[in-house]
Amino acid sequence: MFKQIFAITLMNLRNLPERLGASLVIVVGLAGVVGVLTALLAMSEGLDSTLKATGRADRAMVLRGGSDSELNSGLDRDSATLITEQVGVRKGADGKPLASRELVLIAELPLKRSGTSGNVTLRGVEPAAFELRPDLKIIAGRKFESGLNEMLVGKGVTGQFEGAELGQVVRIRGADWTIVGVFESGNAHDSELWIDTDTAQSAFGRQGYSMVLVGLENTEVLPAFQAALKAETRLNVDAEAQSAYYARQSGGSTAMIRVLTTVVSFVMALGAIFAALNTMYASVSTRTTEIATLRAIGFGPMPVVVSVLIESMLLATIGGLLGGLAAWLIFNNYAVSTLGAGFTQVVFNFQVTPALLQSGMVLALAIGFIGGLLPALRAARMPVTVALREA
Amino acid sequence: MKYFNLIWSSLFRKKTRTALTMLSIFSAFLLFGLLSAVNALFSSSGTGEVATTRLVVQARTSFTVSLPMSMLPEIEAIPGVKAVSWRQWFGAVYDDSPNNVFGFAVPPARWVAMFPEWVMPEDQQRAFANTRTGIVVGKLAAEKWGWKIGDKLPLSSNIFPQKNGSKDWQFDIVGIFDGADENYRRQTSNQIYVNFDYFDEANQFGAGRAGIFNVQVENANQMEVVAAAIDARFLNSANETKSQTESEFQLGFARQIGDIGLIVTAILSAVMFTILLLTANTMAQSVRERIPELAVLKTLGFSDTTVLLLVLGEALLLVGVAGLAGMGMAALAGPGLTAGMGFPPLPFDAVVWGRALITMAVMAIVVGLLPALRAQRLSIIDALAGR
Repeated sequence: MFKQIFAITLMNLRNLPERLGASLVIVVGLAGVVGVLTALLAMSEGLDSTLKATGRADRAMVLRGGSDSELNSGLDRDSATLITEQVGVRKGADGKPLASRELVLIAELPLKRSGTSGNVTLRGVEPAAFELRPDLKIIAGRKFESGLNEMLVGKGVTGQFEGAELGQVVRIRGADWTIVGVFESGNAHDSELWIDTDTAQSAFGRQGYSMVLVGLENTEVLPAFQAALKAETRLNVDAEAQSAYYARQSGGSTAMIRVLTTVVSFVMALGAIFAALNTMYASVSTRTTEIATLRAIGFGPMPVVVSVLIESMLLATIGGLLGGLAAWLIFNNYAVSTLGAGFTQVVFNFQVTPALLQSGMVLALAIGFIGGLLPALRAARMPVTVALREA
Repeated sequence: MKYFNLIWSSLFRKKTRTALTMLSIFSAFLLFGLLSAVNALFSSSGTGEVATTRLVVQARTSFTVSLPMSMLPEIEAIPGVKAVSWRQWFGAVYDDSPNNVFGFAVPPARWVAMFPEWVMPEDQQRAFANTRTGIVVGKLAAEKWGWKIGDKLPLSSNIFPQKNGSKDWQFDIVGIFDGADENYRRQTSNQIYVNFDYFDEANQFGAGRAGIFNVQVENANQMEVVAAAIDARFLNSANETKSQTESEFQLGFARQIGDIGLIVTAILSAVMFTILLLTANTMAQSVRERIPELAVLKTLGFSDTTVLLLVLGEALLLVGVAGLAGMGMAALAGPGLTAGMGFPPLPFDAVVWGRALITMAVMAIVVGLLPALRAQRLSIIDALAGR
């Protein structure tokens, strides 16, 4: 039996070049489906992981009670200071509570891709912000100095917006800010502009803060911290783990991409199945005599079915590999930006992960299998005498 | 047309093959329809006559930064300005689901006068102006949630608490507005407007924040001059402005989401190329198999040109029938799909259909031309002899 399967399959594959045009339909079709699917999923994956990488479970974000985002939140100076003095807050290198009182605003810069304005998060931070976020590295220039109109920009901002290079001057609300450094943190902060929080308050006429980020002693201490804040009657605030906050942000942004991906992939896969069926029916019908002759000299129906299936799945695999490869070559680490939660741009890279490539290949094989099965059964069921006479 | 039956029956000579090819083309145009409509949705801006004389004046920093009411008399004093209205983003959340309604606080009388694209009976316009807690809602939104005039509408704001600290607001529905045409009607699926005076008084953050200003200019050719004059007036103040036409403002907003057009074009190119290849292969095969039959036709006196047209007609029929079915399916299924996501219904307008028809025609010619030329050049003797 295996010998028979082997013999027929080899024969099929040897004369594949004669059916090149028709076979290419499967290859190109599958390359298209897998390529588009992989690219869309890589986009969703990239956005998702960028947002999620921003949050850590041992950091808590404290916002005004009922606010669902930093931008909608506001805390006065006394509240913000009181928050840092609660139980569970880790001490920094200087012995003071490790907390950064931050002011989050929106600035507009021209987007490189369209020349129109895009919103950028402008974050006023305290020195502790750098100790709180150890992933963040200054890759060019230096940190800003407190009291001066100096600014740090994320690596993503430099790539996506005009006029955000080291040394350039950005004008925001009537004040000029000199870019003195570029940082990289591999997460959503790469899409932000950072300035000193006190300088920001005086430049923009703000008294309070948007949010307080505190370092927790460990991840288990969060409930105690939350309880302490609730018990403090002078405060009306909500605290949550930073990881939970960014997971929520990611949910909304990726939902739309997910719907798009599902609909597009489903319809394309359907089209590809019909195309594969068509090709394999044609492939079987041109070989009617051949198959009937094999059956006449004693080959069973099973090897015929298997050989047709192998042919279609092999073509599908080649297509899937090409599609995945193309998606990887073109899109891996391709940087784009979109409107994230809170009306600001989030810069992220497409991430073509091995898992995505694998799911693309599974889809390709499935389509190849379905596309080959019906034609294979027809080939096997064909009565030998009829088939031989037809030819 | 007299050859229609002939073309039709030669098309279905091999039923399985034709059906499968048609289903592939069907899928391709289903996708084409859905994606083009999505693209149109994102690139459609406040077009039409009325919008061409309106400017949006926002804070230069960002439209999320509120401009103060104190700017109103200064803007009104600028030559060429006919009327000024304003709107504050309310951050409305209905039924605990964010982004399903777009709510703004507006001065009722000014809003009614400046935006004739929203059509509302006169008594409702008056009621909006005279009811402190009044709210007017879009027609499609009212239908979606079963809102009626006289209902109390509970809304929460994810930005503005009331003076008592509560984020839950309650408004009285005093009017339901419709769009002046189909395009505007679609936008009524998620828009609501509340009375600015009440909002301004009752919100915790204090009064006097207008948000962005809408400026009506006396005539369309003054737009740029007036926009520049407004921006110049507030240059180097604490509230620098950016004035642009309504369509620029909305297009800028769509572009922030991303280059939707580019993504759509890339996906569709991949799909259409594949379908082109598949259909071309089918047509070539179909003509190859029928060479003796075509030779018989020619023997019977069909001219070379007629045979050429027959094959082209077949290709056109193949692509046309399947393509139209796919587009029809997209038009039927599309609105339901987006409504579930809280978007306005997809616009299947003349532009989307026109593009689809052109694509079908081009595809039919590309896949049909080579086989058709082959059929035209066929020499009867060679063909019948099987050479």
